[in-house]
Amino acid sequence: MRGLVFDIAHMLAGGLVLVSFMQLYQDRLYALLNIFALHALVLALSVAWQAYIQDAPHLYVTAVIALVFKAIVIPVVLHRIIVRLGIHREIEQVVRVGPTMLLGMGLVALSMVVMLRVTAEADPLAREDLAFALCVVLLGLLMMVTRRNAVSQVVGFMSIENGLVLAATGAKGMPLVVEISIAFSILIAFIVIGIFLFRIRERFDTVDIQALDRFRGERS
Amino acid sequence: MMPFDAVTAVLVIPAAAAALLAALPGYRITARINVLATLLTFLAALSLTMERPAPGPYLLIDDLNNVFIVLTTFVGFTTSVFSATYIGHELEIGRLTPTFLRFYHAMYQVLMFAMNLALVANNIGLMWVAIELATLTTVLMVGIYRTHEALEAAWKYFILGSVGIALALFGTILIYMAARPVIGEGLPAMVWTNLLARAAEFDPALLNVAFVFLLLGYGTKVGLAPLHAWLPDAHAEGPTPISAVLSGLLLNVALYALLRFKMLLATNPNAVAPGPLMVTLGLISLIFASFMLYRRRDIKRMFAYSSIEHMGIITFAFGMGGPLANFAGLLHMTMHSLTKSAIFFAVGHIAQVKGTQKIADMGGLTETNPALGWGLVLGVVAIAGLPPLGIFMSEFLLVTSTFARQPWLAILLVMGILIALGALFLRLNSIAFGEPRGPSGKATASYLPMYSHLALVFGAGIYLPPAVVTWFQNVAKLLG
Repeated sequence: MRGLVFDIAHMLAGGLVLVSFMQLYQDRLYALLNIFALHALVLALSVAWQAYIQDAPHLYVTAVIALVFKAIVIPVVLHRIIVRLGIHREIEQVVRVGPTMLLGMGLVALSMVVMLRVTAEADPLAREDLAFALCVVLLGLLMMVTRRNAVSQVVGFMSIENGLVLAATGAKGMPLVVEISIAFSILIAFIVIGIFLFRIRERFDTVDIQALDRFRGERS
Repeated sequence: MMPFDAVTAVLVIPAAAAALLAALPGYRITARINVLATLLTFLAALSLTMERPAPGPYLLIDDLNNVFIVLTTFVGFTTSVFSATYIGHELEIGRLTPTFLRFYHAMYQVLMFAMNLALVANNIGLMWVAIELATLTTVLMVGIYRTHEALEAAWKYFILGSVGIALALFGTILIYMAARPVIGEGLPAMVWTNLLARAAEFDPALLNVAFVFLLLGYGTKVGLAPLHAWLPDAHAEGPTPISAVLSGLLLNVALYALLRFKMLLATNPNAVAPGPLMVTLGLISLIFASFMLYRRRDIKRMFAYSSIEHMGIITFAFGMGGPLANFAGLLHMTMHSLTKSAIFFAVGHIAQVKGTQKIADMGGLTETNPALGWGLVLGVVAIAGLPPLGIFMSEFLLVTSTFARQPWLAILLVMGILIALGALFLRLNSIAFGEPRGPSGKATASYLPMYSHLALVFGAGIYLPPAVVTWFQNVAKLLG
């Protein structure tokens, strides 16, 4: 039984890394949002499984937040915003797909080497979870670096956050996990959707960060 | 039931004031309530120095955070006084509408609440949430003018700040993982006092990795050099009271978080020594920012770079460690907060008089607006570290103590400070003296906050009361 429990947790966490990779090469906003919804869904399953095997009912709250808020509400709202802004164009990427994927693999290797080595004494489940979580965080960072579009940067940030929730739930018995995931959701909802996209749209009629870059410190 | 004591007051007053200010219309009343609330918070914080409650699982008052909290609430109070006149002018020229003003005042109190919470938190998770809240509110405040530049600054700050706090959270989780086998599951393993007591038994490898994440994460918020990109923009484009609070307080709060974790690592004999990492980042920030000072054309941006420089010096001091360097770092931090906010008070009014932030359009301020001009001159003299002002004393202490231990580092340190001094005086000369340039209307300014800060800095340079000296010495010992 122990083996099966571990395998399912391992599979779900590994699935999250895989979906992170899928996000990297999406060059259309719609597709990117759909993949992000999948990312959040896998996270919700993973958290729910952790809640079940750790016998920690409060983690179900985190799972429900991930499912409702991140897998349904945010993608739907972002879809609408994209339609209203009229940007169904392709995402311009700063780095092309091939090099991005190679970089991503390098990052995964790096986080495996680092995390598995330092957590040699922790229990294997938490170990795997932490290593995978670091992968997801680094891949999210990579995505934020390689994209210019404000929406896809936000998606990158949200997948970083998913990685953090995975790490927090993997650390057995960690307090404040629910509070932290709520704080993150507020951060995202409040800033990104409510204020920034509307203001940026209002002022520039574009959500391409490059358009903002006309102002570069004092060069103007 | 929680007993009502000073710690609760420090948190409840700003929170209640935020709710009240969000509901009230009218700028005159709200500005006064803002001042009153920050004054009450400051008094509550002062009372903490007399009598402090026992640490609980969430809140803690010790010598270390007491220094920070008194400083934070004091500068918060004087800034609110400055903000009342500053914002009045912004309302007149139409840069802010009454609705945004209401939002601004509420956010000011939320920011004070978040910073106080981060300082008194005894729980590393709670501390993280508080710092996140503080970041969030400052992002909104930076973007409040809704100009092209302000939005870009806020966006940059938001992205870099979020990445920073995300890394810090990962570090926090790793600390919990390290603590769990020793302390056990659940809340106690995130309580800072427990962590400190048992840190020697933690797995050193895990602690090392955790510290790297925390250093990068909270270091972004401190504005250390490779991670500083958000700082000059955020300072230059937001309202000036927010620049003052950012430079004077929020950077300190992030540094405080870093210090707490440094203390954890220092108690574990097998973990990597955190000092050299901090010394390196501090020196890089100092030297980089000193050179960058020469090319500034925007006055607020220039002083933002000066903040990076001084945070570098402070991080360097705490990285060196030892009673003397820690003492110098603590003193430097206090003096820098007071001086830099005083400078921003002056700069805010100057920019309002001149109608621009470009240094090229300012000149001869000591002739046209003597009170402001000389205030700025005094502030810059203080921040550049000339005797007999407070910053000279802390820099002198730091340089001498470093020279005794690592002469090479001391040479780099002195070099950085001198380069910055040259840049500051070069610019000061054209702003304060010479032919008057640009419009020179009368300033509707409140000089009290600025000159009271400068007086404190001046006084501290000449005579530090023994009570303060013993207090700082205790903290320096605590920091190890």
